[in-house]
Amino acid sequence: MSVTGLPDVVAVAARPPARRARTSLMIGLVLLGILVLVAILAPVLAPHDPDAVDPNRVLAAPDGSYLLGADDFGRDVLSRTIFALRVSLLVAVSSVVVATLVAVPLGLVAGYFGGWVDTLVSRPLDMILVLPALLLALSLITILGPGSTVAALAIAVIYLPILARVMRASTLVTSQQDYVLAARARGSGHVATMVRHVLPNSIGPVAVQGSVLTGFALQLEAALSFLGLGTQPPTPSLGGMLADGRDVLSLAPWLEIVPGVAIALAVLSFLLIGDGLRRTLDPDGVAS
Amino acid sequence: MSALLEVQGLVKRFPAGGPVWRRRYVHAVSDVDLSIGRGQTLGLVGESGSGKTTVGRCILGLYRPDEGLVRFDGRDVAGLRGSTLAEFRRRVQPVFQDPYGSLDPRWTVGRSVQESLEAHRIGSVQDRRDRVRELFATVGLDPALGDRHPRNLSGGQRQRVGIAAALASEPELIIADEPVSALDVSVQAQIINLLQRLGRDLGLAVLFISHDLGVVEHVSSEVAVMYLGRVVETGPTAAILRAPEHPYTRALVEAIPHPDPSRRFRHASLAGEIPSPVDPPSGCAFHPRCPIAQASCRIQVPELEPVGEDHLAACPVVARVTTRPTT
Repeated sequence: MSVTGLPDVVAVAARPPARRARTSLMIGLVLLGILVLVAILAPVLAPHDPDAVDPNRVLAAPDGSYLLGADDFGRDVLSRTIFALRVSLLVAVSSVVVATLVAVPLGLVAGYFGGWVDTLVSRPLDMILVLPALLLALSLITILGPGSTVAALAIAVIYLPILARVMRASTLVTSQQDYVLAARARGSGHVATMVRHVLPNSIGPVAVQGSVLTGFALQLEAALSFLGLGTQPPTPSLGGMLADGRDVLSLAPWLEIVPGVAIALAVLSFLLIGDGLRRTLDPDGVAS
Repeated sequence: MSALLEVQGLVKRFPAGGPVWRRRYVHAVSDVDLSIGRGQTLGLVGESGSGKTTVGRCILGLYRPDEGLVRFDGRDVAGLRGSTLAEFRRRVQPVFQDPYGSLDPRWTVGRSVQESLEAHRIGSVQDRRDRVRELFATVGLDPALGDRHPRNLSGGQRQRVGIAAALASEPELIIADEPVSALDVSVQAQIINLLQRLGRDLGLAVLFISHDLGVVEHVSSEVAVMYLGRVVETGPTAAILRAPEHPYTRALVEAIPHPDPSRRFRHASLAGEIPSPVDPPSGCAFHPRCPIAQASCRIQVPELEPVGEDHLAACPVVARVTTRPTT
């Protein structure tokens, strides 16, 4: 899967870039805020128990009681989607947070010192990068067994080298700035210089990449669950719901549409946030 | 009295691509000797790519010399570690060319000035704050500006902040790398006057790096002229401006604009660009652009020879022909 940058929106550049940045950031944050709120309040908001089976309502179409219909066990699709969103967001966010926490120090050290330190840090990360993402996830899950925790771990391993490379590249530029040399010459030690000057001035691109990757992580988690390797039934997951509904697509299309739209909205929110952050941090796009 | 700073046979190369077994290098600095006494100001002049910035950074210990020695107060800088290195860093401070780039954009300028005090654990928190206010006053800035970020200051104010930051740890030597080139001409004069006053009042030694001989004339009594990594002429500023020996220095001196229109340029200025330091010309690096070059200049690297009192030049042709301009 592609995990690189965003499609460039060139045509709309006529508006002031700072305002465009705020717009996409705001829409993304509001959308994500709603999704997170729904996920957190799942037990309150869900109209039914997501696991409650009702043999009389198998594949029931949406109506007054089951707003978005029922699945092949007669479970409420809306309630299941709400609970699935919970798991999906948690896996996506925690995997990227873990990857970032490991990647930032690695990239910082590699980019700041360069030379053999860089080689020592970067080459092993490159070795992870050459493995296809899904193959790597499948191998890890084969070894550690399926489940949402292992899926999160696998996604973290996949994104670790990407985030570390972004941090390294950004650090390479920052480390050459005069204020870093000045800090060194004024007697600031390597660690102090790295933490106080290089890190804060290099972290921007990582924030952008991290938020975009969270969207892709959500997709990847859905893909793994779809294959039966991520979140295990009966816990509802967006990917798992897609897998369940696939055989009855012509009879009950809402089984695909509802979790599909949920995935799309969640990914969109992360991409919008990433786009907004990128435009905000872009030196040409900011007027502070 | 031994010199405060001595540079002997300094060589610095940077790898410039090519496979490991046939690595190409940028010969940034080749065999440079300099010396600065306590409280003395030395001007280091040369065009872009002459290696003057690299010399400054080697002295600051930011680059490790490939060959040669940088000796500060009698001790080899490359051998300093731990507390002796910290002490060296306290006593030698930089002022950078670009006051936009040398202050962290995320820090208030007051915090930047305070940084070296924190790094060297000088004084208490309150002492440091007082010292920063004092330093702002010393360089002619309103201490209230300390809470601002660099983007909210003018170029001249930023360079004053840069100088205040350099002075914070009470150094004995300042390496000022093109400190006025990024500034408006009117502000240049203020900063030069400030540096001169501080040099005098605080007994600072200054290495003043510039591409502008006209600026150096106002600042330093001694000057060294660099071309493509080598010092081609060195001596008292007055003597060099009056009677430049090396053909490169002559071209530089003639390039200084003069307010008197009756003194026209006698020669067109130098033709061509500075050659690539990756593949410097053989012999005297200046020979491809030199108006008086001879066949021997392609082969022999010229040594600095005495041509006057404390005045050295690296051009055997000039020494032989001695067509000294009479002005």
